[in-house]
Amino acid sequence: MANMTLIGAVNDALKTALREDPSVLVFGEDVGKKGGVFLATDGLQAEFGADRCFDTPLSEDGIIGTAIGMAMNGLKPVAEIQFQDFIFPAFDQIVSEAAKLRYRSGGQYTAPMVIRTPYGGGIRGGLYHSQSGEAYFCHTPGMKVVIPSTPYDAKGLLLAAIADPDPVLFMEPKALYRAVKGEVPEGHYTVELSTTRNVREGDDVTVVEKAADMAAEKGISVHVVDLRTLLPLDESAVVEAAKKTGRVVTVTEAPRFCGYAGEISAIVAERAIEYMEAPVVRVTGFDTPFPNTLEHHYLPDARRVIDAIEKVANF
Amino acid sequence: MFELLDIPRVLVDPDGTAAGPDLPALSDEELRELYVHLVRVRVVDERMLKLQRAGRVGFVGSTFGQEASMIGTAGPLRSTDWLWSGLREGGAALMRGLPLSEYIAQMYCNSNDTAKGRQMCNHFQHKGTNYPSWSSVIGTQIPHGVGAALAAKRLGKDEVHAIYFGDGASSSNGFHSGMGFAAVWKVPCVFVLIHNGWAISVPADEQTGVEEWTDKAEAYGMPAAEVDGNDLLACYGAMETLIERARAGEGPSLLVVKTYRMMGHSSSDDPTVYRDEAEVEVWRQRDPIQRFESFLVGRGILAEGEGAGITTEITAEVDAEIHVQEAAPRMPLRSLVEDVYSEVPLHLREQYNGFIETVERHGEAQPGDGAFPL
Ligand SMILES: Cc1ncc(C[n+]2csc(CCOP(=O)(O)OP(=O)(O)O)c2C)c(N)n1
Ligand SMILES: [Mg+2]
Repeated sequence: MANMTLIGAVNDALKTALREDPSVLVFGEDVGKKGGVFLATDGLQAEFGADRCFDTPLSEDGIIGTAIGMAMNGLKPVAEIQFQDFIFPAFDQIVSEAAKLRYRSGGQYTAPMVIRTPYGGGIRGGLYHSQSGEAYFCHTPGMKVVIPSTPYDAKGLLLAAIADPDPVLFMEPKALYRAVKGEVPEGHYTVELSTTRNVREGDDVTVVEKAADMAAEKGISVHVVDLRTLLPLDESAVVEAAKKTGRVVTVTEAPRFCGYAGEISAIVAERAIEYMEAPVVRVTGFDTPFPNTLEHHYLPDARRVIDAIEKVANF
Repeated sequence: MFELLDIPRVLVDPDGTAAGPDLPALSDEELRELYVHLVRVRVVDERMLKLQRAGRVGFVGSTFGQEASMIGTAGPLRSTDWLWSGLREGGAALMRGLPLSEYIAQMYCNSNDTAKGRQMCNHFQHKGTNYPSWSSVIGTQIPHGVGAALAAKRLGKDEVHAIYFGDGASSSNGFHSGMGFAAVWKVPCVFVLIHNGWAISVPADEQTGVEEWTDKAEAYGMPAAEVDGNDLLACYGAMETLIERARAGEGPSLLVVKTYRMMGHSSSDDPTVYRDEAEVEVWRQRDPIQRFESFLVGRGILAEGEGAGITTEITAEVDAEIHVQEAAPRMPLRSLVEDVYSEVPLHLREQYNGFIETVERHGEAQPGDGAFPL
């Protein structure tokens, strides 16, 4: 065991994969000598050589398009998109190609690959270095979408994603890169995809969060669920958690309309409405682009989450 | 059709002596002004880096070493022409009329910022001289410039569109479609490829297999030229020719401007991790401001040592403006939901009103932050 940050755990997972499997390649913009703009790939090129960890030309479309071809022909690409905000030039390759390849070929061709990308606000990055775009990809059958929120999960989920036979978008909450630390086992282990984690046991309100563990202490016992894999989601875990308290708050940074929080509300409404004591409340970003100087007002901070918790607890 | 245009790569040697007779027709006064613009870019840059280190502004993409490439190429543009910018063209905007106050307000992202503090630092805009800001997404402005040039052509506007981007951006989708469309439509634009050696940590020769960057124009079918980007007058002269071609209806062209990014990619980047300091040293000897200064001194347009005085004067001007912008308030909270659409729609007014209730309860609202009428 070693005590690591979340980004340290990502780095450790990549090293473990590169060591274990010669077909694994790590590439993207600035991942080589520089080790990534957040240093997630620090030291990989030095240790494994420029054939295994390398920079690409500045084209996300090229990065993902070529990753698909590599995956179709025996390599195991782990591509980095420098910021999730810059994934959209590759949207076509992800949505039209990677996600649909298995289906359209009747299972003859597949694209087992991982796209790692930092996402989310809290770094004063303005509207193009802060977005949470999970909803676009969760609306894309054929993709898997994973978000870790602890160092242990980051390594275990990333290794599981690399071993997975289908394309996985691995979204890393950049605000947590160095904000959380935890014990991480050495060597290979996996955290099974499509399983949730109970962050905190409680009886009064269930809070479904996709990443940040926000404090909620006002005499209300909060049950916090970290979804870990957004697609495919372990729906029954969400339903069980909702039934436990009968009061649910969902928290995401992304805009509200057509967002992931709405999906959770729908699942709870369809499968547990008879257990509910209060409306399911979403705490989200506004339906606006991501702001810059006012980002702390946009983000669903503890203040707004607690307001929502009180609202459903006292309904 | 591709053609390597017969445009001199260098007009002023690194020691400041003129290398050729074909200097742009500029008066002594105009030459002096260009020098002042160069110095202003550098002073502003240094000041912003200082403020960044002090935690006053968030991010700086320095232009250090590239001043002549920017001022030189943008110099011959008219204010009615458009400049489509990337990260580092803010100095050109200043020269063309962006007020210093707006430049610094943008760096502070405060309530004086014409973009209402919504963009990260280093995303300048100036509507008055046709200078939209870049988004942050590399290469997207390239086809915008081409489309706007088509609009100019169709609507009979006498405009040339100068489209700036870096060596890294030459790999973007926007570059490929922009160059292709422009050549097919023969629109009045100039592609200004600022080759500064690097795209963050990726060297320019890892963006493409071609050795001569002007070859890129051949693939799309338009003429090209290359200039020494640290030679202000070469940049000016080349761009003047290409702008005139475009204005005369002869279509688009590519100008490859070879310069060097002396600092890190931005204030968040440590370049010593990935590049050899010896390379930086070589370019330090080719400083574009010193080169132009020697030229001016040699011609008696600038007195020996006069440059220092100009620097001091501009520094005082910049510092005074920094004090003003330091004191400016933040944007009102309502700006969170404004400008998403032409009017704030009902659902956003409702979202905001719910939010402001919480803010008010925590005593954090300021005058002007209050609820919208529903
Ligand atoms: C689509 C996209 N991908 C990645 C980035 C991150 N990024 C910002 S600047 C940059 C390098 C740009 O290099 P170049 O075009 O040469 O311009 P320079 O910074 O040298 O002026 C990168 C990769 C981005 N902003 N947009
Ligand atoms: Mg560059």
